[in-house]
Amino acid sequence: FRLSSLIGHISTCPSLIGQCCQRHPGSVDEFQEELVIRPLHSGDIYASFQFRTLWDTDFLQEGQKVSHYRLFPKSLGQVLSKFSVRELHISFTQGFWRTMQWGQPFIPSPPGAELWVWFHDTVSDVDGNWKELTNVLSGIFCASLNFIDLTNTVQPSASFKPLGLGNATDHRFLRYATLPREIVCTENLTPWKKLLPCGSKAGLAVLLKSEKLFHSSFHSQAVHIRPVCQDEQCTSKAWELRQTLNVVFDLYTAGQGKKEWSLFKMFSRTLTEACPLATSSKVYVDITDNPELFELSPATPLLSQAVVLGDRRTYSVFDLTRAETFGQLRSLNLLLRWKGDGGEMLRPLLHAERYVAGFGLQTGEIHTVIYNNHPYRAFPVLLMDSVPWYLQLYIHTLTVTSKSRDNKPSYIHYQPAKDRHRPHLLEMLIQLPPHSMTEVTVQFERALLKWTEYTPDPNHGFYVGSSVVSALVPSMVAMNTNFTQDQPLFSSFVPVKEESSYFVRVYTEPLLVNLPTPDFSMPYNVICLTCTVVAVGYGSFYNLLTRTFQVDEPSLPLAKRLANLIRRIRGVPLLT
Amino acid sequence: RGLLTRLNTPICIVCYLAAIVWFMGLAFEPFTLRTDMSENAMGSTMVLLRGASAVPRQGVRSSQKTGAVSTWLVKAMQSRGLEVFTQSFSRKLPFPDENKERYMVRGTNVYGILRAPRAPRTEALVISAPCSPGDSNNQAVGLLLALAQYFRNQVYWAKDIIFLVNEHDLMGTQAWLEAYHHTNITGMEYSPLQGRGGSIQAALSLELSSDVITSLDLILDGLNGQLPNLDLANLFYAFCQKLGVLCTIQGKLQRNDWDTAEGYTHAAQTMMLMVLKQACGRSWGDHGLFLRYHIEAASVRGINSFRHYKTDAATIGRLLEGMVRKLNNLLERLHQSYFFYLLPSLSRFVSIGCYMPAFGLLVVILLLRALDLWVHLGAPALAAVEGVTEAQQPSGPAVLTVLTPVVISHLTGVALYLLPVHLQEMAVEHFPVSETEAVVLTAVAIYTTGLALPHNTQRLLSGEGTEQGWKVLKLTALLYLAVLLGCTALINFSLGFVLAVTLVPITASMTPHMPKALSALVMVLLSPAFTILYCVFIYQELIEAPVSVSEGWMLFLSVISQGILDHALYGSLVYPLLALFIYPCWLMFWNILFWS
Repeated sequence: FRLSSLIGHISTCPSLIGQCCQRHPGSVDEFQEELVIRPLHSGDIYASFQFRTLWDTDFLQEGQKVSHYRLFPKSLGQVLSKFSVRELHISFTQGFWRTMQWGQPFIPSPPGAELWVWFHDTVSDVDGNWKELTNVLSGIFCASLNFIDLTNTVQPSASFKPLGLGNATDHRFLRYATLPREIVCTENLTPWKKLLPCGSKAGLAVLLKSEKLFHSSFHSQAVHIRPVCQDEQCTSKAWELRQTLNVVFDLYTAGQGKKEWSLFKMFSRTLTEACPLATSSKVYVDITDNPELFELSPATPLLSQAVVLGDRRTYSVFDLTRAETFGQLRSLNLLLRWKGDGGEMLRPLLHAERYVAGFGLQTGEIHTVIYNNHPYRAFPVLLMDSVPWYLQLYIHTLTVTSKSRDNKPSYIHYQPAKDRHRPHLLEMLIQLPPHSMTEVTVQFERALLKWTEYTPDPNHGFYVGSSVVSALVPSMVAMNTNFTQDQPLFSSFVPVKEESSYFVRVYTEPLLVNLPTPDFSMPYNVICLTCTVVAVGYGSFYNLLTRTFQVDEPSLPLAKRLANLIRRIRGVPLLT
Repeated sequence: RGLLTRLNTPICIVCYLAAIVWFMGLAFEPFTLRTDMSENAMGSTMVLLRGASAVPRQGVRSSQKTGAVSTWLVKAMQSRGLEVFTQSFSRKLPFPDENKERYMVRGTNVYGILRAPRAPRTEALVISAPCSPGDSNNQAVGLLLALAQYFRNQVYWAKDIIFLVNEHDLMGTQAWLEAYHHTNITGMEYSPLQGRGGSIQAALSLELSSDVITSLDLILDGLNGQLPNLDLANLFYAFCQKLGVLCTIQGKLQRNDWDTAEGYTHAAQTMMLMVLKQACGRSWGDHGLFLRYHIEAASVRGINSFRHYKTDAATIGRLLEGMVRKLNNLLERLHQSYFFYLLPSLSRFVSIGCYMPAFGLLVVILLLRALDLWVHLGAPALAAVEGVTEAQQPSGPAVLTVLTPVVISHLTGVALYLLPVHLQEMAVEHFPVSETEAVVLTAVAIYTTGLALPHNTQRLLSGEGTEQGWKVLKLTALLYLAVLLGCTALINFSLGFVLAVTLVPITASMTPHMPKALSALVMVLLSPAFTILYCVFIYQELIEAPVSVSEGWMLFLSVISQGILDHALYGSLVYPLLALFIYPCWLMFWNILFWS
């Protein structure tokens, strides 16, 4: 029953979505932008952008052809209708979110690229659609998503439920894939910015300059598309496109060791206007620790409280649609001076890490360690692991131990790999005892690949994607289940159903595993040697064996031949 | 075949001499290859070296006085912006280590991780510095902290960098590595690690024993004779050249006059030192334990040889910065260059293809002798077939005569392997010796007792040993030794070669018909134990610290105790190899000598 409650929770309640998406009457589509700045415990600073476009239309309705696009990007709209996509989540991340130092992010994402898509249940050839979709997205985002194929695609049964409207549970229409090796850079940022209605010309997007964004500790950009309700009664659907960008600037390399941050220092730009197409454009600064730990200037009278990730936070709000926000200078440059002394590690309630144990190139063991740091509450988590086929898991060695005692998972979904066709998928529902460390171990053997299957740099190693821990974590304060119109975007992505807990997804670090690698110069040497042996040895032998030998007449000396020539002319018998 | 049996002895002698000459020729410069960087990622790229700032070693000293090194280190690393973790470990040694004066070991490792920006924690580099209460390596710890501070402010890191300060030198490293890879090979007790950085690509260990450094010594020899990739040595050499730092290997500077006799002797001495160090199979620095985990590692040791030329800490900092930055550039594990090599100097190396023939020539002797015996064994059998059908009958006792000595010698080997450590308490009760002495002297006693073996064997056997019996036994023993040495040399060339040089002459020539007393003396003088003794003397001679006979004997005893400890603590394989295989094999030949 825990599983069902958890799954039920991850999937959303339509009425809630309806509330959160209540909008001004009369507009067909609308655009909101938002920036949250949170000074982190370690002295680093976290900036999270969210851009939301809502469009009251239904691509998937029979017989209706959508051809007029206003704010919603046409490239994505066409993709949605062509491939009958119901929900699409794609993220590109460079770096690893350091939960122990930074706490929980607003929207988590694993290192590399992650793509998960729910197709509409009218689709007959899901794999075909998926293949084409990844290729198209690869073009749109200039990323190597075309490397997603059946060998790294899985269909999780419980971990990834639709976040939007509808209550689909048939995971045949779900596809999930990660590319842990994907490197994210400017060429991915530019197409992402082009999807925004104002581009990077106006509004918050002017801050998105790649030379600063990629001079950071963590960079993650994502696109989430899902259907939501048009109104409270939920009579018709609307499409929501959320573009998020999260970035963490480092205290030492970007901040020169001074705990003093400003918009200009972070982005080398200041804000001068809102995007004219946006109905709302706001900057939130987390001032919960104010004024003991840091000071913020310019001060703003607008305050907002929100319960995010189980914690009640206070935010200063800067509304960019109002002229007085920009003051005399006609530009807004927030300045934060942090006085606290960080450095100590945080103890987030839920935390996970993973590593490969053992040595040598034959076998190994994957350890996934999940921490529950809650002092007295136990809670269940869903662990999802997708392991490539070339690590042959010995599933009989799977052990789950908490507090040095065997912890039997209440639900296990395991799909074994097929060599060169599909990866292992392991999903488990594990109950984490309070204040405990749970260790999940499974042994594996490293496969010998065919020589063409090695990457061009086989000695670098092979990546194994992050495992995903999804959980409903007990909240310290009552979560807000009532969505209102002025709810900030960052707190409304995952709808909250219960007051007592909130949904968290934690990604572990990807693994780099060395497989037995042949010396690739050796085949070359062998080929050279073999060719030489064949050419010289076999060739001459063959020649000797097949040739018929005849006694050759010794050729006459030149003088005799001349004499014969003369004799022939004279008609006299020739000399021999 | 006729030629081989007729000219067997001359061929064997020629092979032996050729092997020795070949081996000594390896140090001659025209026969060696020049080292050059094979790894593309470390080769052509230039790194601009800025250097770390002043070394904060005062803090290390003052905290050592108060005995709170680990808490001070945690604070120092935290203030430099690292993620800091500690690990405690404890280990009870099988018997007290008198060289390092430790028995019950309890310690704490402190390590800080510099997280590379925008890297997914898949790869890491390790810089370690051993720091023990009595040890004076605080210069290295200070340098490590200075490097951490400087590295933290840089943006170019692509791999996490782990700064490890390990207590109780090798034991701390062992505990940390075992915890990092979640293995337990040696029965160490340790607390699990909280923070990791993915797969470790390379490691550097720092040892700066003195405040004044005149030269830097590179130490490569690791556990069981494993060596890191040659590119690591090349990298060190390249930066020493660039920064003008005097660099040595085996404590020997490089000379340029290879065509003079002194130049050659110098290179030969350097190479011999490397062979001896590698042969003893112990880890000569903290780096040696990393090699088991396929992590390329080397130790850099600062030496004060009271020369005029001095190197300041900033230069060493720049050198390390350069090395770490080049390692950071690596796109693959170090694999381009050689893993099996001998170094007559830092700029010259002998690859496996060049030195293996020297060993091959020695093993060929064993095979030739075996072939000769086989032919001799076959000839009377053929003659017997013509007359009576007795060919089948003697095989029964022959198998028994061969099997009994083989089993008994191996049982002696097992006793030599097990008893010294297990009987120490009893020995301490009955004799006025310390535990360590008890272990070593028990080992020596068992070894000597083994020499009485032939009489026991004879007593067990009812009949007289036949002529054919010893030949079969010798054939078996020769093939056994050839396989043993061959396998050893594949893993640890030096050990295989040193054993072959001493064991091959006696084993090849041993027969029961030789003068007993003289050949017994020769045989004992060329036995494995005496080989170790000679190695001790030669080693002391080569490092220019010759010892007298009594000092040599004491050293020999401590070498044995260290060998047993290395096996128990770090999993070194030399002691079990000698006790369980080489010594029984030698006993089989001893048995042949006293065949009656």
